Amino acid sequence: MDLSTYITIIISTIFINNFILSRFLGLCSFIGVSKNTLPSVSMGLAVTFVTTMASIITWLIYNYILLPYNLEYLRTLSFILVIASFVQFAEIVIQKKAPALYKVFGIYLPLITVNCAVFGAAVLNTDVFFLHGHAVPGSFMKSLIQGFGAGAGFTLAMLIMSGIRERLEYADVPRSMKDIPITFIIASLMSMAFLGFSGFKI
Amino acid sequence: MKMMGEFVKGLWRENPTFRIVLGLCPTLAVSTSVSNGIGMGVAATFVLVGSNIFVSLIRGIVPEKVRIPCFIVIIATFVTIVDLLMKAYAPALSRSLGMFVPLIVVNCMVLGRAEAFASKAPPFKSILDALGMGIGFTWALILISAIRESLGNGTILGITISRSFEPPLFMILAPGALLTIGILIALINYLTMKWKAK
Repeated sequence: MDLSTYITIIISTIFINNFILSRFLGLCSFIGVSKNTLPSVSMGLAVTFVTTMASIITWLIYNYILLPYNLEYLRTLSFILVIASFVQFAEIVIQKKAPALYKVFGIYLPLITVNCAVFGAAVLNTDVFFLHGHAVPGSFMKSLIQGFGAGAGFTLAMLIMSGIRERLEYADVPRSMKDIPITFIIASLMSMAFLGFSGFKI
Repeated sequence: MKMMGEFVKGLWRENPTFRIVLGLCPTLAVSTSVSNGIGMGVAATFVLVGSNIFVSLIRGIVPEKVRIPCFIVIIATFVTIVDLLMKAYAPALSRSLGMFVPLIVVNCMVLGRAEAFASKAPPFKSILDALGMGIGFTWALILISAIRESLGNGTILGITISRSFEPPLFMILAPGALLTIGILIALINYLTMKWKAK
């Protein structure tokens, strides 16, 4: 596999098919946590870490356990369990071994277990990189890169949104539009801007 | 009468989509057409009812610390059932909902009801709660998808309603979904405030 394939995957997951703005994955935390820049970026880093690791783990499970034994129907159940236990495990390890890192994004880890972005990335990987029950060539690296790109796209959207919302604190928004509704409308405008990327030919 | 309250609250006062704002990913992603909206609503209601019953039955048996993984396993089981049933009996719907059927498992609404309600209430009450929430979720989905399909495609349930305007594709795409739900939530906030003021 050459480098250009990887760059294509990264650009398409960050810009063209941004996880939040065009696939609607991870919207709950996008709306809930994006009030300030610092927590948003920390959350984004945590999500990137977990999506990347989850892509690796779920690829291994799908390719070496579920496919050989015709257990594809257990995908949902096994993926969510593996992701949940991985997140728990990562939280414990980071808390013990790297307290400084834990302060930056560890506290967001429990929130991520049921974040659609992580599970979505895992499901998307198996949907795209396994055709007719076989792994496409180089699918391991592709899954890894797509998982990473999904997290990076999430971080980017969180960063932009939190920057706008910090400013919005001082704006005079009608009372019924405050907080959630106005956030959705801003997200809609952002998503419209990101639609511009869909003309990219790569 | 009190039992009815558990059912009714999901329809409006604690509507999962408009009031609590949970379970958004499927709401926005599949609401491009009314038939998709109904399909997703029914699937999610089934999972909600099934998981609420079992979570309620095992409450008190499962230790506090491992309750979340247990809930997730129960939910994932019902999601798998729905996924397989849909593939067998409604393949077209299953194809158009795509990855959002397995994604019901990470729908915050389902886990939220298990944690906040079913883990503390007897089974019958939990069923009513799940039904109320499920129907609340379904009508919200139908409303959003009706707005998006009629404006973005000029049809409802595939039937053309008007040829007098060129439908803006924008409403079917991602920005239209976010705009629709933003305006709907604002409208509902406004109405609630007005009724409270009276």
